[in-house]
Amino acid sequence: MSEHLRFKDHNNESRIFFRRAIIAAALILCLLIVLVVRFYSLQIIEYDTYVTQSDRNRVQVQPLPPTRGLIYDRHGELLAENRPSYTLSIIKEQVLSVEQTLEQLSQLVNISAKDKEDFYKRLERPKRRRRPYEPIPLRYLLDEAEIAKIAVNEYRLKGVVVEAQLVRYYPNKELFAHNVGYVGRINERELKSLSPEDYQRYNGTDSIGKIGLEKQYESILLGQVGYQQVETNARGRVLRVLERIDPTPGQNLHLYLDAGLQRKAMSALGERRGAVVAIEVETGGVLAMASTPSFDPNLFVTGISFENYKALNQSPDLPLFDRTIQGGYPPGSTLKPMLALGGLEHQLVDEHYSVRDPGFYQLEGEERKYRDWKRYGHGHRVALKQAVAESCDVYYYDLAFRMGIDRMHKFGAAFGLGQKTGVDVPSERSGLWPSRRWKRAVRRLPWFPGDSLNMGIGQGFVLTTPVQLASMTATLAARGVKRQPRLVKTLGDAEIDTAPQVTVMARERNWDLIMEAMEEVVHGQRGTARSIARKASFRMGGKTGTAQVVGIAQDAEYDSEALAERQRDHALFVGYAPADKPKIAVAVIVENGEKSSTAAKIARKLFDYHLLASPRAIVPEEL
Amino acid sequence: MVQQDFQRRMPEASRDLRRPVGMLQRLHVDIPLLLSLLVLTAFGLVVLYSAAGESKHYVQRQAIFIGIGYVGMFVIAQFQMSLLQRWAPWFFAAGLVLLGLVLVMGTGAKGAQRWLSIGGFRFQPSEALKLAVPIMVASYLGERVLPPSFRHILATLMIIALPTVLILEQPDLGTSLLVAASGLIGLFFAGLRWRYILGVGLLALIGAWPMWQYVLRDYQKQRILTMFNPEADKLGAGWNIIQSKTAIGSGGFYGKGWMNGTQSQLNFLPESHTDFIIAVLAEEFGLVGTLLLLVVYSVIIARGLFIAIRAQSSFNRILAGSITFTFFVYVFVNISMVSGLLPVVGVPLPLVSYGGTAIVTLLLGFGLLMAISTERRRVSI
Repeated sequence: MSEHLRFKDHNNESRIFFRRAIIAAALILCLLIVLVVRFYSLQIIEYDTYVTQSDRNRVQVQPLPPTRGLIYDRHGELLAENRPSYTLSIIKEQVLSVEQTLEQLSQLVNISAKDKEDFYKRLERPKRRRRPYEPIPLRYLLDEAEIAKIAVNEYRLKGVVVEAQLVRYYPNKELFAHNVGYVGRINERELKSLSPEDYQRYNGTDSIGKIGLEKQYESILLGQVGYQQVETNARGRVLRVLERIDPTPGQNLHLYLDAGLQRKAMSALGERRGAVVAIEVETGGVLAMASTPSFDPNLFVTGISFENYKALNQSPDLPLFDRTIQGGYPPGSTLKPMLALGGLEHQLVDEHYSVRDPGFYQLEGEERKYRDWKRYGHGHRVALKQAVAESCDVYYYDLAFRMGIDRMHKFGAAFGLGQKTGVDVPSERSGLWPSRRWKRAVRRLPWFPGDSLNMGIGQGFVLTTPVQLASMTATLAARGVKRQPRLVKTLGDAEIDTAPQVTVMARERNWDLIMEAMEEVVHGQRGTARSIARKASFRMGGKTGTAQVVGIAQDAEYDSEALAERQRDHALFVGYAPADKPKIAVAVIVENGEKSSTAAKIARKLFDYHLLASPRAIVPEEL
Repeated sequence: MVQQDFQRRMPEASRDLRRPVGMLQRLHVDIPLLLSLLVLTAFGLVVLYSAAGESKHYVQRQAIFIGIGYVGMFVIAQFQMSLLQRWAPWFFAAGLVLLGLVLVMGTGAKGAQRWLSIGGFRFQPSEALKLAVPIMVASYLGERVLPPSFRHILATLMIIALPTVLILEQPDLGTSLLVAASGLIGLFFAGLRWRYILGVGLLALIGAWPMWQYVLRDYQKQRILTMFNPEADKLGAGWNIIQSKTAIGSGGFYGKGWMNGTQSQLNFLPESHTDFIIAVLAEEFGLVGTLLLLVVYSVIIARGLFIAIRAQSSFNRILAGSITFTFFVYVFVNISMVSGLLPVVGVPLPLVSYGGTAIVTLLLGFGLLMAISTERRRVSI
């Protein structure tokens, strides 16, 4: 049908349109109903869901990390404090290109490849659900120059923020690394070991005590986390605080430690490997606890670099190793006063009992010669005081043989040998104070009399830690009152109960004898430590010792020159001062120090400092 | 037959002849339409003030554009429809030239060229086509015998395709679809036979897969996927839709109160003063406010359809029907998109969302409706 033959029928067109308009109206009505239903379902049926969601958007609970408790020495010197530290972070949503921003930043501040790698890890694998506009840390511990550089360039660094937070700082660096310890970032294993309540307490905190007092008193130092409910906008900016529970700061620790004495001990040890423990006789408080070489604990606080850790961990000098509580050393002759007391108490010897010392001792029916350190012996009639003062080995071979392992073990154990002293630094070792049962269980051998002889001069199986030796010496100095060594004096405002104590029972006369003998060691004509008595304005008691590092064959000449430095004898000294009314007891070990006087000289320096030079009277605790 | 028709039309015609022409009709103002538009634009300004973060700046600019729009509407309302029908090809051609210019020397953002600056005045030519296309379609079909023959349908499709493709090139999928829709709606009102409609529907179903595979760009696919599962990309493409649904849902029945919507005031809601403004309204005025808005829109649409039905010529009817139905399409697409029923395409909420060109174009369209509504009736013999 051709177009021209069709006529326009207005009425028909009007009718068609009318029908179409009705259909359109019906369609519109249907779709409007769809919209109404949709809004009804969103606003009425699912109202609760969306209100929750909108509140969750808007209201955020932010943890307020508490300030960690501070640690002071006995004079109020700060050993561990919190310093503001500046962290460089990037808000991903506000930067155009992360790469470009990193490029810009690395021209301003030093950003290592490791920093970048960690940053991308945090960017891609957030620990928890990341909120939009949450800053992602890129570098920690900005110094002032770096902060200034970023501040100056702020206008072209969109999405870059510098945040301040408190970070642990140890102003004395390596001085207290082992005993005060350090905090570090919580690792996966530590997180898992936390109970649910404890887990809560670490909201907003990312460090935890790793070693030393920081670990031991973690829960006290940490404090209670606070919370605030804040209203934030989509950029995460806090607009107002709706509700706030303040955090409770951690409690401060005040220690018995004397930073000055510690400094003295560290400098006296110098470059040598060794350990010093000094105990206040009256309280059991630890005045100094030094282990060399040491390390800077600040390296660990924000995460130690791989290179640094490798250097520390692989050093043959073992700087990470706390010799004071973990080092097991043969005590050598330093045990002799204690053993002599045992002999007196068991009435095996008295003041006048003497032995003949030809330079060696032989058990009946045995070939082997147990040698004295002095080649031709100490003479025909060596009695107690001389035996202690000159450290006569033969006297002790005889004593050990007659005393026997069981009595020896029991008496030594009363002084804490073979047991942890309970000092409040974690990871203490118990050393080894052998017994018949121990040898059978571990070595599967019976106890031979020869074992007793070796034990009598502090060799053989015996291993002691410096803190054990110091505690034993303090017990001798306090005439048998054995107090648990402690570092912490007060927690916050509360004085800790005085250290638990037990008493080693012995007769007054015997204490007198032993202490006189120990005084002879220092002040006697032939005392082994007489070199330190020079120009002393007070009297001291003590006992030297050397401990063999390698066994010496029966007839070999002892030639220290030929021995490599690391195979030389350890030098030991235990002692107390003043002799009449002891205040301080020390144990000193200098690894491969060879001559015991090396250790004794260090002890003298500590005595001088503590008794004479201690510059400060006890100042009020607050600083 | 003729007799009957004549008789049916006579009383109406005689009434027109008898009744003196009123003041408002002389000014070509349709009172119900004008009142409902005033209510809508006023309500829109109130919501905008809150949505734009209590900024007077946006409200003032918007008010100025609304003013311009109303003035333009009154001017357009004076047009003689027969003249418009004759000039339609020229308007259409001018619109196409402008679209061509956009592709050559347009400005824009985010990889799309949509704006044209002429003498310091910036506007979107694609907006003008929202009017030019229905006018052209109505003009073309109005002169033909209806329902349109296959040839005329093809010609009409060509008319529609030209601007659609040009706008798609910018690229602006949303606007091109709306422009195409406004033309197709004209075809529908012209009486396009159902067999064509059903046939195309079937073809569309079959063609959906190749379309998805070869035509749609990645960001467009992303939007469609996001609509079905906004949770899949919470912080990216899904963010807008999650936040707008949260805003709407948390409004509840009565809403949180004007300027108290947390989603919008705290910037969780994106584009809160433009495309997503209904989420602000729903959050602050609740279901009550939403229903009120829908009622106002319904009144406008009903009045538009009424005007179309009463119109004198096919051109008038098709044009009025297209304008009205397209207006509804804007409303429906925007609200569906914000409430998560349709993928996110850039369609503003008509007369409420912030945006000058769109408002002026819409009000000019209503000017045409008024012109049609108030045209002096000719007596047909």
